[in-house]
Amino acid sequence: MEPLEQIKHRLTHALPGARLEIILNDSPSAQHSLLVDHEHAVAVARFLRDDAELRLDYCSNATGVDWPESVTKTKIKKKVVVDGVEKEIEETIDTLRSGYLEAVYHLYSMEKKHGPVILRLRTENRSDKNHLPSLTSVWRGCEFQEREIFDLYGVIFDGHPDLRRILMWDGFKDFPMRKDYVEPDDYEYEPTPHDDVLEKAKKHQGASA
Amino acid sequence: MIDEGLKSEMQKQGVFTITLEELYNWGRKNSVWPLQFGLACCAIEMIAASMARYDLARFGAEVFRPSPRQADLMIVAGTVTKKMAPQVVRLFNQMPEPKYVIAMGACAISGGPFKQGYNVLKGIDRYIPVDVHIPGCPPRPEALLHAFMTLQNKIANQELTGPNRPRHLQADAPSEFPVPAFGEHDLVPPNNPKVWQPPVAKV
Repeated sequence: MEPLEQIKHRLTHALPGARLEIILNDSPSAQHSLLVDHEHAVAVARFLRDDAELRLDYCSNATGVDWPESVTKTKIKKKVVVDGVEKEIEETIDTLRSGYLEAVYHLYSMEKKHGPVILRLRTENRSDKNHLPSLTSVWRGCEFQEREIFDLYGVIFDGHPDLRRILMWDGFKDFPMRKDYVEPDDYEYEPTPHDDVLEKAKKHQGASA
Repeated sequence: MIDEGLKSEMQKQGVFTITLEELYNWGRKNSVWPLQFGLACCAIEMIAASMARYDLARFGAEVFRPSPRQADLMIVAGTVTKKMAPQVVRLFNQMPEPKYVIAMGACAISGGPFKQGYNVLKGIDRYIPVDVHIPGCPPRPEALLHAFMTLQNKIANQELTGPNRPRHLQADAPSEFPVPAFGEHDLVPPNNPKVWQPPVAKV
């Protein structure tokens, strides 16, 4: 299969205006992915499916990722002249990354027997701007998986034919796979509680007493 | 009560004596019909136990009933998710007394490997009274047979009168148990306090 850079190059030619970005994966698997903007997501998906070279006709997996707000500390070495003597000091810079939710699609071609190409879609934030375009119109198999992302992460897929909760019940309010999910206090007795379980037991028994 | 030695002596002569209680319990314990339903992988072991190699029919329990109205025993075989728990309790409510519950496998007794999950009930005994718990993941068919024999012993030793008489002979004992509702964060209530209360841990 052609490299991801070439796919991106061809996409920008076929769909002028599409904002695409390659997200590098530093791990040994080196599965780099393509970040797609909301407006062109369906068009990009259609291109990848229908293109004669690629024919990515099978979406094997769609899943969600929660990226809460985070502060990354980067250390920079600086040379400072103190009292006429040059010294090297370390300075830490905090960069705040705002949180967002992500949907990741793994695409394969049954016809050409190649893959995967990985697509990413990102929401603007984790609270109110949590909409993404649905790719169910391109790959029918995404329907249940997008419902699952909706159920567990709270991503709303615009254009999805039947967006309901799939694993939890309809009245359920939380999104259990988000990092800040607080599980209900249904503590289970353990005969010798320790560490986290002990903390939980103390909290639970303090609450009920 | 008849003397045990005399009873045994009379049996050798072909005279059998038995109390009504023993006869009643003997009949009940040898025709316990399970409800035909399974929730997860434990159900596969339950099916194996009912087939020819392990042969649950030896215990008079080969008739798996597809309707709760005809069943005496509920084998909770597998993971009870919170979404499934109300249906399990409802099925149990629909069974006529006398009825029994075997909680089969780690999930049904405690949530098992999914105990820390947000979606799994930490044991069906939070909502319905369980007679026999079987540990194992999944328990082998022999373990289910052992649970069955334990249940049979329990039935055989039930007293039909007095304060320890079984639930179906007590007019004021509940035969139906409240079905939990789907709440916003968890099942409501998280357990039936009349059936199960969390033990107090030493902290």
